[in-house]
Amino acid sequence: MASETYAPRELMVSAAAAEIEDGDTAFVGMRLPLIAFQLAVSTHAPDSMAVYESGVVRDGPADGFIHTMCDLPNLNHAVSTTGMIDIMSRLQRGDVDVGFLGGAEVDRYGNLNTTRVRAGDEEIRLPGSGGACDIACMAGRTVLLMPHESRRFVEEVNYVTSPGHADDGSGRGNHPAPGGGPDALVTSKATFGFADGELFLRSVHPGVDREAMLADFPWTVRTAPEIGEGPVTTTPEPTDEELELIRTFDPDGFWT
Amino acid sequence: MSTEPSETLSDAVSRIPSGSSVATGLALEHAIPFAAGHELVRQGTDDLTLIGPISDLLFDQLIGCGAVSRVRAAWVGNVSAGTGYRFREAVENDGIDVENHSNFSVALALRAGALGVPYLPTRSLLGSDVFAESDLFERGTDPFGGEEVALVPAIEPDWTIVHAQRASPEGDVHLWGNTGIVDPAVGAAENVLVTAEEVVEPAVIHSDPSRTAITREQVSAVVECPWGAHPSPVAGHYNRDNEYYLRYHGATDTQAAFDEWAGEWVYGVEDREEYMGLVDADLSITEPTVAAEVRYGQ
Repeated sequence: MASETYAPRELMVSAAAAEIEDGDTAFVGMRLPLIAFQLAVSTHAPDSMAVYESGVVRDGPADGFIHTMCDLPNLNHAVSTTGMIDIMSRLQRGDVDVGFLGGAEVDRYGNLNTTRVRAGDEEIRLPGSGGACDIACMAGRTVLLMPHESRRFVEEVNYVTSPGHADDGSGRGNHPAPGGGPDALVTSKATFGFADGELFLRSVHPGVDREAMLADFPWTVRTAPEIGEGPVTTTPEPTDEELELIRTFDPDGFWT
Repeated sequence: MSTEPSETLSDAVSRIPSGSSVATGLALEHAIPFAAGHELVRQGTDDLTLIGPISDLLFDQLIGCGAVSRVRAAWVGNVSAGTGYRFREAVENDGIDVENHSNFSVALALRAGALGVPYLPTRSLLGSDVFAESDLFERGTDPFGGEEVALVPAIEPDWTIVHAQRASPEGDVHLWGNTGIVDPAVGAAENVLVTAEEVVEPAVIHSDPSRTAITREQVSAVVECPWGAHPSPVAGHYNRDNEYYLRYHGATDTQAAFDEWAGEWVYGVEDREEYMGLVDADLSITEPTVAAEVRYGQ
């Protein structure tokens, strides 16, 4: 339990870090996962490794703030700085345990859209896949991170940049990719798991009104007890140690 | 094509004609050849097809300058801030043609080009709209094991532009730090332009051959260009200019605002030396790491 206040995104980083198990190889991309890996490897997962699609392999935190995976503190004292095909080959062989993904839209099966969204009559172009499609197809499991905003939760994403689970309970039956698909969704208000390919509520962040939070979804979200996954819990607050580390890795709170 | 050692950047870039396909920004956020990109637009080179994985700003700038007809890439924007407004507006107004890729599909397309094979298979893409909406990729079946795979056809750029730490006048190049898809893009290209922080004696290259990323027969032009990747970082030379990316995001949300920005940072300077007069951030390496000695010998 934290003895001081924390930002919602600091809790998201803590919750995302908890998804990395000790010994995991984690595929890390942009934004909050950059901080989450550093937190995990500094606390409960000292034997985890991070691979970055730019070609970086790390076994510890960067000694300095990073905007991107290629900032010099992330290259300095890395285990390896190589190329993308080396990293993507590990992913394609099935050697990456967990990958992180974000999205402008997500549906109940964990399909993600980072390519183009509709706003009324307008279509808004977003930056695109980057490596997200590859991670979604081929990581052992994926963890989705996004701000909790109702416009992001949709019945059907406008564009499947990163495929999730099949809509008929057949797991990854919608395509033959080797990865296990979405395993968790962490928003700024709650965490969710996936069972039979569909999202369910796992925990609610401290101080969040559960019913109002669930009303942000256009469908009735299943909850853990409804599918025999135990009670809906309260998401653990970041500990003092975690907060200190997060603020070391992101001293000006740029990402958090 | 023979190498013309240590040309000026202006001369080297003048060899890239309008209408060319150009792969660049290949090390992702690291060592992006911004100087060469800006020189392209100063010379009025346009109708370009840009090829790349994640482009951290350079593609957005070239699009804003009206130099681009087509983009074949996985991601175009600003890694610090998200949206690249010039890319976004160009797509929304049908100003450019976009071929959506994933990072791995661009990498494999260039690898196929480098290998001299027509396509490569992958277990990625299937199930996504990157695949489903594409005219490029095909579905295939592994003739040995029967697995369904996506087939990615080769891409062979007319030009690949790379920024590196050092090169000999002959065109042998040392590049370190992460390299993204530099290697396949160099192998697939018809011509390669290298900008380097330093042009060095050939003996420097020969002293550490395992660090040689590109050899001369692949290279059409070598240019010494200190700070040629600013605002992106270059391992051992300078850090990323994070504030630049944030200021750019705030200053380019309309075409008129972008034009004002480009008037100062691209068209308002003659060369990289004058450009660096605009940069006030201290990007110096404060904690140099010197690699353990590597011995070859005989």
